[in-house]
Amino acid sequence: MSEHESAKSPLKGYFAVWIALLVGTGVTVYAATLDLAPYNAAVALGIATIKATLVTLFFMHVWHASEKLTKLVVIGALFFLLLLLGLTMTDFATRGWS
Amino acid sequence: MPQPERENYLNKHYGVWSWLLTTDHKRIALLYLISITFFFFIGGFFALLIRLELLTPAGDLVQADTYNKLFTMHGMVMVFFFLIPSIPAVLGNFLVPMMIGAKDLAFPRINLLSWYLYIIGGVMMLHCMLTGGVDTGWTFYAPFATNFTNTKIVEAALAIFVAGFSSILTGLNFVVTIHRMRAPGMTWSRLPLFIWAHYATSIIQLLGTPVIAVTIVLVACERALHLGIFDPKLGGDPLLFQHLFWFYSHPAVYIMILPAMGVVTEIIACFSRKRIFGYSFVAFSSIAIAVFGFLVWAHHMFVAGMSVYAALVFSLLSYAVAVPSAIKVFNWTATLYKGSIHYDAPMLYAFGFLGLFTIGGLTGLFLAALGINVHVTDTYFVVAHFHYIMVGGAVMGYLGGMHFWWPKISGKLYPEGWARLAALIVFIGFNLTFFPQFLLGYMGMPRRYYDYSHMPEFQILNVLSTAGATVLGVGYLLPMIYFLWSMRYGKPAPDNPWNAAGLEWKTPSPPPTFNFDEEPVVTWEAYNYEQLDAPSKEEVPVAR
Amino acid sequence: MPDSSAATGLHAEAHNPALLHHFAEPQQQRDAASLGMWVFLATEVMFFGGLFCAYLIYRRLYFGDFAAASKTINMGLGATNTAVLICSSLTVVLAVWAAQTARRTLLITSLIITMLLGLVFLGIKGIEYREKFVEHHVPGASFSFDKVPIPGHPGQYADPHHAQLFFSLYFVMTGLHALHMIIGLGIFLWLLIMAWKGRFTPEWHTPVEIGGLYWHFVDIIWIYLFPLLYLIDRHP
Repeated sequence: MSEHESAKSPLKGYFAVWIALLVGTGVTVYAATLDLAPYNAAVALGIATIKATLVTLFFMHVWHASEKLTKLVVIGALFFLLLLLGLTMTDFATRGWS
Repeated sequence: MPQPERENYLNKHYGVWSWLLTTDHKRIALLYLISITFFFFIGGFFALLIRLELLTPAGDLVQADTYNKLFTMHGMVMVFFFLIPSIPAVLGNFLVPMMIGAKDLAFPRINLLSWYLYIIGGVMMLHCMLTGGVDTGWTFYAPFATNFTNTKIVEAALAIFVAGFSSILTGLNFVVTIHRMRAPGMTWSRLPLFIWAHYATSIIQLLGTPVIAVTIVLVACERALHLGIFDPKLGGDPLLFQHLFWFYSHPAVYIMILPAMGVVTEIIACFSRKRIFGYSFVAFSSIAIAVFGFLVWAHHMFVAGMSVYAALVFSLLSYAVAVPSAIKVFNWTATLYKGSIHYDAPMLYAFGFLGLFTIGGLTGLFLAALGINVHVTDTYFVVAHFHYIMVGGAVMGYLGGMHFWWPKISGKLYPEGWARLAALIVFIGFNLTFFPQFLLGYMGMPRRYYDYSHMPEFQILNVLSTAGATVLGVGYLLPMIYFLWSMRYGKPAPDNPWNAAGLEWKTPSPPPTFNFDEEPVVTWEAYNYEQLDAPSKEEVPVAR
Repeated sequence: MPDSSAATGLHAEAHNPALLHHFAEPQQQRDAASLGMWVFLATEVMFFGGLFCAYLIYRRLYFGDFAAASKTINMGLGATNTAVLICSSLTVVLAVWAAQTARRTLLITSLIITMLLGLVFLGIKGIEYREKFVEHHVPGASFSFDKVPIPGHPGQYADPHHAQLFFSLYFVMTGLHALHMIIGLGIFLWLLIMAWKGRFTPEWHTPVEIGGLYWHFVDIIWIYLFPLLYLIDRHP
């Protein structure tokens, strides 16, 4: 990737993300023990998505990426994954409809 | 006295290892050329046996199980080991770096790895065929493939898995090359549309192939480890297999046709001596086909038992995907209009492509309509539809491209008279083979049946189809013969025998190993045929 | 005349032994390698995506049975493994920073710790698999899942067939993930050897960066696998 180092050390940011990820793990375990009825899955996946986003943006340096192309590749991959999941669900979710 | 041969990529190094360990994209393209031609023969051999069996209504040439293996192996070999690699691995590998002004692809060693993966997959498939083969149809649906058949599914599936990685790595190489290795001045809007087509193809290869790869893993696990993901006894759903399978296999057909469209675009521009009408439309249509192609896969499953509401969605989306293809056909036609048409062999193949792809594409729309689909699914109508696109479209595009770039690749000219004759024979043979199949399918002849004695009136059309296949075979053999002949006895080719536009034509025929002595700097638009045909004028960059 | 220091810089670039012949300059080579890895990761998203698709469909269809099965896998070990991988991602990012700033000792230490954490992950995975084997939850002839209550539905028992589906997906998904971890360990071993030999400099440390991208991706897959597989219903 490109050479430009930020003037201040990125270390603080890395450790902050690391703590956030660990906290997120703890929260998600705790939330699984609560009865949030239909929202358990949404909460778990939501926290997972926040964690994944932190890793992608800060550990994988996408936030500071000089190339828009990197971001496009990430978004593109997610788009096609959601296509796979979403369009397949149009079948399975509507099977029961008469 | 004969002149000493100029150093080029063919004569730079000699010896088997200089080929087997090459990282030169042009040599790798030739390695692919030999391998895919080999598999084309194998797939063609199975086709011949199928057509021989269908000469008579009774199943009297082979047994039912054998026939099942014949059409399965024909499909698997032709799809995975011929059609999908063909144009990208041969013409794409050879031309992509040259067309953008680069010395090689971004990852030459990965390119060689791609070829080895293809070979390993091919050897596995050969071994599978020689030790019993597979009888499930190339679509190897669960639960028959996972639970009931006794044939060598795991081995065939793993062969396809390995070949799939070859495809993924080729796509990866092309995407990175096109993004990162364009010569100065070669902006996206100056790229040959062949490059746009291969870029779109690569996106499909990258995003689709992994899904069938993991599906294959699941099938292999199910058979070998009894894991039962698709097993109805465990609550598994065979339709899940079909969704995952077709999520790749539908976009796969666009992997097969997009490169051919790229070839046809180059040929039509050159042999009408005109720039392509609607460059941006054609470029964006390629990308649109790649994206929309991922939205329509369940149109292969309309009668499989999925929700009718999903079927409606996929039917509608299937109509949408036809639009960018139609846009391309309109743009090619508009390019031809008032062009200065030359009927050399590549152009004959391009014309053939135009007509046959249009027929194939339109019959796809018939199939996308639920009402018609219910009647013609799993009949010869479908068989004819996809052969019109894959053979009438993709193979014609491949042959046209091989003729067009043969002088560049080999440094020799092929015999034009024979080539035009062969093109005509291919066209006649193709239509004689596959047009009757539309009629057969519409009349109700099922596909994958070795015996149609319950409807003996189908025989006459089947006989015509087999006769056509024989003619088609002759048409395919001719180029193989005269291309080989030309390597030894053909006239040496000039740098640009067609006076075509494109950076690849600015190199010697055959090119040196590193393509360009100096990095080209591009200051002109693509398809600048007005400049090429008026050499007295100064080369002036044409403003857009 | 060009400034002499600039000329020296140019010469240094031109003679960089890592510059491959078909690239015009090192930046182009770096950008190509980086884009290549990102595009490869996109293919991996789709590879695992097929499995996530299968999982989501069956989980929706057989929620109760999947919840029952999920409750029998060891959440403590799973959570520990999640923490292990998160720490390894930190050490990876430290390794990249160390390479960027010519800190050889930190680079080597970070690479080693990353690999150790990876081995810990695999070890814990092995313990989990063994637990499942002992409990007869491995799909196949000896699978049994009798009389396991569905969480939140007293009196109802999970259908063993659907539970077997859960475990099939569990083993395939975590198994494939573990395979990617093993490959990652191989890659990092190679990086460690190169780092030991002093081959990485602030000007050229591309393998560390792209190896890091791969490792982070494997971490992200686990970030999703953990809640999906282990945390369907953990109400006490």
